[in-house]
Amino acid sequence: MKGNYDKAFENVIRLRIMSILMVNERYDFNSFKEILDVTDGNLASHLRNLENAAYITVEKTFSGRKPLTNYLATKAGKKAFQAHLDFLENLINANKT
Amino acid sequence: MRKPEQELAEIKSMMERSTRFLSLSGLAGILAGIYAFAGAGIAWFWIYFPLTEYGAGSEVITHADLQTNLLVLAIIVLLLAIGTAYLLSQQKSKKNSDKFWTPASKRFLLALFIPVLAGGLFSFALIHESSYQLIAPATLIFYGLGLINASHFTLGEIRNLGIGQLILGLAGAFFPEFGLVCWALGFGVLHVIYGSMMYYKYDR
Repeated sequence: MKGNYDKAFENVIRLRIMSILMVNERYDFNSFKEILDVTDGNLASHLRNLENAAYITVEKTFSGRKPLTNYLATKAGKKAFQAHLDFLENLINANKT
Repeated sequence: MRKPEQELAEIKSMMERSTRFLSLSGLAGILAGIYAFAGAGIAWFWIYFPLTEYGAGSEVITHADLQTNLLVLAIIVLLLAIGTAYLLSQQKSKKNSDKFWTPASKRFLLALFIPVLAGGLFSFALIHESSYQLIAPATLIFYGLGLINASHFTLGEIRNLGIGQLILGLAGAFFPEFGLVCWALGFGVLHVIYGSMMYYKYDR
């Protein structure tokens, strides 16, 4: 079967984070917190998890004086997510027939 | 593992919510159309009233008084429309418990207002050069381009609204005697039509 079920995206928060980073060049910590409606600690641990898998990278900048932490999907991350998507699609098609 | 259909729906919804400003209020579109239509009516009355010929009075705009009055009228209509859109969209985002200021809403506003701001400045240049007959088409064209540009970051209907404004603007540029009529159709009637469509589809 084509595609690959990726354990990194088994958790729904991580799946959502990666979905967002597929269509946004960069996304910041606070915006993640608002759209996902999760706590700081929970979000940070999921982000770290994806970072450890080398699926996302962190970019620390300043907006005025406030520190701003942006996240970007890496090439490997995008590829892994695409494979995960392919797997899900093939699974649906396989179940149909 | 969750169902794959559910999983894909989750992915799609997150992609949409993080890139598109979905709190745009249909009701605000309807009201903006009504303000614009009323404004166009007043302008028509001032410019053309005794004559019913559409374009026969266009030299009259050189009167400084009328020029100031029209400018003030235009600014009032614009501020009312923007104010209404802001308040009602904010209300809608509160109702859906979405944040109003998100990366998506900022991108939407930037995409819309770069062409619109350029159009506004261009219109001042037209006043400066006394090319009054091109002001109505120019505002329609720039607004249309702004909407098409911004449609990537909000509800899809906005794209067709933009194309409509663009066509009316180009028509008005070739037939300046119908400039004000095109303006009333674009900013007035099209806003009401698309506003009601969006209201019925998303807001109820």
